[in-house]
Amino acid sequence: MSPAEVTSTGSRGTRVIGSIVLAGIVFHVLLSFVWSDPDADQGDLVRIMYVHVPSAWLAYMAFTVTAFGGVMYLWKRSLWWDLVAGASAEIGVVFCALALVTGSIWGRPTWGTYWEWTDVRIVTTLVLLLLYIGYLAVRRIPADPHQRSRRAAVVGIIAALNIPIVRFSVDWWADRTLHQKATIKLGGTELDGLMLFALFFGLILFTLIYAWMMIHRFRIAWLDEQIDRHGLDAAIAERLAESTSDVTRAVGLTKTGADL
Amino acid sequence: MWHDVRLIAGKDLRIEWRSQVATGQVAPFAILVLVLFGFALDADTVALRTFTGGLYWVTVLFSAVLAIQRSFALESADGNRDALRLSGIEPAAIFFGKATALVVQLVLLEVLLGAGVAVLYGPSVEDFPLLVATAGVATIGVAAAGTLYGVLAAGLRVRETILPILLLPVLAPVLIGATRAFDDALGTVAVNGWNWLALLGLTAVVYVAFGALAFGVLLEDS
Amino acid sequence: MSVVHLRAVVALLGRFPALAGVDLDVESGEAVLLQGPNGAGKTSLLRLCAGLLAPASGEAVVLGHDLGRDRRSVRREVGMLAHATFLYDDLSVYENVCFWARAAGGSPAEAEAAIARLEIDTRLRDIPVVRLSTGQRRRTSLAVLVARRPRLWLLDEPHAGLDQAGRDIVDGLVRDAVDAGATVLVASHELDRTRTIASRVITIAGGVVVADQPIPGRSMPVGPAPERGGPDVA
Repeated sequence: MSPAEVTSTGSRGTRVIGSIVLAGIVFHVLLSFVWSDPDADQGDLVRIMYVHVPSAWLAYMAFTVTAFGGVMYLWKRSLWWDLVAGASAEIGVVFCALALVTGSIWGRPTWGTYWEWTDVRIVTTLVLLLLYIGYLAVRRIPADPHQRSRRAAVVGIIAALNIPIVRFSVDWWADRTLHQKATIKLGGTELDGLMLFALFFGLILFTLIYAWMMIHRFRIAWLDEQIDRHGLDAAIAERLAESTSDVTRAVGLTKTGADL
Repeated sequence: MWHDVRLIAGKDLRIEWRSQVATGQVAPFAILVLVLFGFALDADTVALRTFTGGLYWVTVLFSAVLAIQRSFALESADGNRDALRLSGIEPAAIFFGKATALVVQLVLLEVLLGAGVAVLYGPSVEDFPLLVATAGVATIGVAAAGTLYGVLAAGLRVRETILPILLLPVLAPVLIGATRAFDDALGTVAVNGWNWLALLGLTAVVYVAFGALAFGVLLEDS
Repeated sequence: MSVVHLRAVVALLGRFPALAGVDLDVESGEAVLLQGPNGAGKTSLLRLCAGLLAPASGEAVVLGHDLGRDRRSVRREVGMLAHATFLYDDLSVYENVCFWARAAGGSPAEAEAAIARLEIDTRLRDIPVVRLSTGQRRRTSLAVLVARRPRLWLLDEPHAGLDQAGRDIVDGLVRDAVDAGATVLVASHELDRTRTIASRVITIAGGVVVADQPIPGRSMPVGPAPERGGPDVA
């Protein structure tokens, strides 16, 4: 498959996933807003959980894939793994931001502020977002593919090593204030079946969204690489042509060299 | 290995001693930041004393960014990065050598800043050993992470901007841990500082171990 | 076993094929002149041999090390003089030479000897190199090379920036190295001068070797001609 013949990054597989996702979104909206009941404690506020929790889940999953891709790149030295890592990080950053925004919106009526420093998860998530913005910045530095991949792999692995460290230290740090923490969690009451279902359906739906985005994003990156590789043969041919045309010049150089 | 570590560390420290960039620019910058915090907090002695630990460590981190940039500016000058690769020295030895030189510089800086804080903010020390141990362990963590990211940024056109955005989020746990431990040692917040020191130690071990492994990967790309 | 053995070596600078399929064999004890127009790939070839530039494809074996698999081991055994000086500005001549000598397992005495060999004024010995002239910095870089006693010398325009005495010293260094059994690759536009020290001339253009001929009157052994030599232009 040469890049020139490709007109779409879609395939039967992505179209099937995409259709399921579209139908799933409609179903999820109805489930979240119409069919499920308000929470006993939080009322309608609980509905944002059906987006917030899956977003956070997706972000952590994406970052894990990024770190795994980095490790595999360093082991196999295959750009394939690097492109997987990069695609995953981009998607992860978007959903990490989404998790932060939905968390803040939830926090406003709950805490009275958009931001609550004692909420461990939201503070941790912000640090993670900044770490992975740094990761994407490293990927954007112009470099040849393997240079970029090496740097990105190291940064991606450090970021992942930091997830538990950040989480743990923020946890301890926030704990100093002894007042009751209002962490994002579903109310103390028993979740009724439909609420639990909405949450799990959201997790599955967002996983599918991730898969769909990953396939497309990865294929775009892969085609970019193919174009470069395709260009390489042409570049070598061009360079060799330069050598034959340069023979006469080189010979001339020898002669003038002797005259110097 | 130790021969090479000493060689690299000695070279870096000799250059710093000779050029006086650390003493002439980084140290005054650090003191300047302390003074600016005094202005920003409206010279409120109570606030300054309460937040001494945090202000101190934020100042150390900002100054460390400068010191790290300086340390790798040496290696980007006139092909020295190529020369380091050509030297055949084990990358791990270069990592430990440069990190050691940074630790020495940062410790001296921290002593100076400590004196500055004592004069300007006037905190009282309740647990001196905890203070010293925290400074030592946190410095190792900062130097290890800084050396790893320093070599990544070295030689890039965007090195001045990419280093802080990469380094500071990674050092967030170090800032939290060192600040908490200082809060305990200075008696401003009732926490168990030694627990925090243990967390700092764990962080430092992770950064040192991963840095020694990954430094070569980053040194290779020029 | 050739000191340098390259077959169809391609090396990339970003996406540009600086080397587009180089075939070259250099035997132990040879002094080879690399010539060719600017951008021909001379510097890239030297960097490749030094283990600094990765071969993207082809077979590259230097001093017995397969560069496709391990580019680190070869570095200890080569000495490269590049356009950059590889010196620390704030260190003195002696400190620079000593540092790089010790990094290669040498001693301060070897550093002293190397500085003397380059005839660097003893009054300059303890002055930071940033304050030296281009020529003196160049001599310091050469002293670093001498102190490291490489088996393969890779010299990129070694005469550039040197006075007449300095150029003579460079020629002497190459002769000494060859006499001591080392191998030398010199990329140069100073063809007349370099022809007196080299035993063989390789012409590079467009990232490949286009000509390879022995220098008449030079008694050094000449390796087998590469399979893909260009037209003989002697």
